Amino acid sequence: MHLAGRHRSSATEELKVIAPSKLAIEEVSKSFQSASGTVLALERVSLNVAEGEFVCLVGASGCGKSTLLNIIAGLEKPDSGTVLADGKPVTAPGRDRLVMFQESALFPWLNVFGNVLFPLKLKPNLTNKDRHDVAKYYLELVGLTRFERANIHELSGGMKQRVSLARALAPNPRVLLMDEPFAALDALTREQLYGDIQEIWKARRKTIVFVTHNVREAACLGDRVLIFSPHPGRIQEEFAVKLPRPRDINSVDLAGYATRITKALKSLGKTATG
Amino acid sequence: MKRFLLAAAFFALLLLIWDAAFRARIWSPVLLPSPWQVAIYLKNAAVDGTLVKATVITMRRLLVGYFIGLVVGLPVGLLTARWKLFGDTIGTMALGLQTLPSVCWVPLALLWFGQTEAAMLFVVVMGTLWSVVIATETGVRNVPPIYRRAALTMGSKRLHMWFKVILPAALPFIVSGMKQGWAFAWRSLMAAEIFVTILTGFGLGQLLHYGRELSAMDQVIAIMLVIVVIGLLADKIFFSPIERFLHRRWGTSQA
Repeated sequence: MHLAGRHRSSATEELKVIAPSKLAIEEVSKSFQSASGTVLALERVSLNVAEGEFVCLVGASGCGKSTLLNIIAGLEKPDSGTVLADGKPVTAPGRDRLVMFQESALFPWLNVFGNVLFPLKLKPNLTNKDRHDVAKYYLELVGLTRFERANIHELSGGMKQRVSLARALAPNPRVLLMDEPFAALDALTREQLYGDIQEIWKARRKTIVFVTHNVREAACLGDRVLIFSPHPGRIQEEFAVKLPRPRDINSVDLAGYATRITKALKSLGKTATG
Repeated sequence: MKRFLLAAAFFALLLLIWDAAFRARIWSPVLLPSPWQVAIYLKNAAVDGTLVKATVITMRRLLVGYFIGLVVGLPVGLLTARWKLFGDTIGTMALGLQTLPSVCWVPLALLWFGQTEAAMLFVVVMGTLWSVVIATETGVRNVPPIYRRAALTMGSKRLHMWFKVILPAALPFIVSGMKQGWAFAWRSLMAAEIFVTILTGFGLGQLLHYGRELSAMDQVIAIMLVIVVIGLLADKIFFSPIERFLHRRWGTSQA
């Protein structure tokens, strides 16, 4: 990561840090039809996320936390309830709320640079030179400048997720939605990314909603950790993590939070990993 | 370089064996001419222009028909993948017709179009079209939904989604369909040319046919060689680079 004092001289308006969004999720419900009948994925979930807040959603698989993320992204529509981003209802996907997916959603027909450039090409009112400069800036931010010509399959899992992060950051969204982005990585790579993501969050000021089933990860990253109960998906409990940043996943204080959150999760009758 | 030398040695060896078989007089020279005789035929045919003319005529039929097949097949494949109605109707029809060996179009083409260029073109188009339709449809259906979702969040819609996400993602399937379509078209065109004399143009298939009529084995073998070389060149010049690119990008290469 190269953050300090590396703003390019050619930095355009585009690279300015913009105000993050405020999210208001009001009474959102969503159900799915499955083979065994109707599954209530979310039942009247309400949640407010402040500007620039880092909120983690934790829960067992299938508790509806990813569904909530997709609804915030505008990729799915709730059966009832509304999502407001800066007071405006979310009805469709939008560049102001970008998603970083669990598995690599990078495009294999483009190289690393092409992937980061992809969302920028969809952004109007930019010259191609601006787009290139912006893409380069974010590749440098995630430390992959040397790999900009590499093909996606040549990257390690951690590097792929760094490219995904650069791609999600590139159009300068106000909200970053992260759906278990580190779940498939090894522990060492993950620890490194925890540090990086905190740094980037601080530098670029995004509102982040982060879905995970890893309690320690949630306690390490989140200002608040919300635990979800499944069937029907509901927010059960909320923990404010009051630790200085950057946080170290292996610190004792953090372990204390993680133990309490795990306990709360277990009392829901479900075990959680982490 | 070493690989090239080995390959060259292999083909030289084949020629030597052929020559030895000719010299041993195992078969009558009428049935098995020497490599030299075949080479002389090729030289003469090249010099008097028959070979070039026939090759141009055949390639024109092939390329025009193939191009039409692609231009029609790609959008039809997209439609069948996109709308259930098209998939159930045209898609099913394409699947059925694709299983039909493309040579089987020759009799129908002759009755419909007579001994004309149109008949030749029709056979080539039918050979290409269905493979391309099916491959495009399969390719589009196999695009991981996550690419679409990711593109949606980045603001990609409609035409942009089709041209910048779905088509490129389906490219490996489409290219293999194009290759299959090419092979089918090439085979059926040869069959058609051998079956039928078209007054407007003497193709390679017709040269082959008249070689047989005249019991000119040097001509038969020479034309077969030309046909093989054209197939090889199409593969090496056109398809191989595309496939190499795909393998490199997608990381599917074995080597």
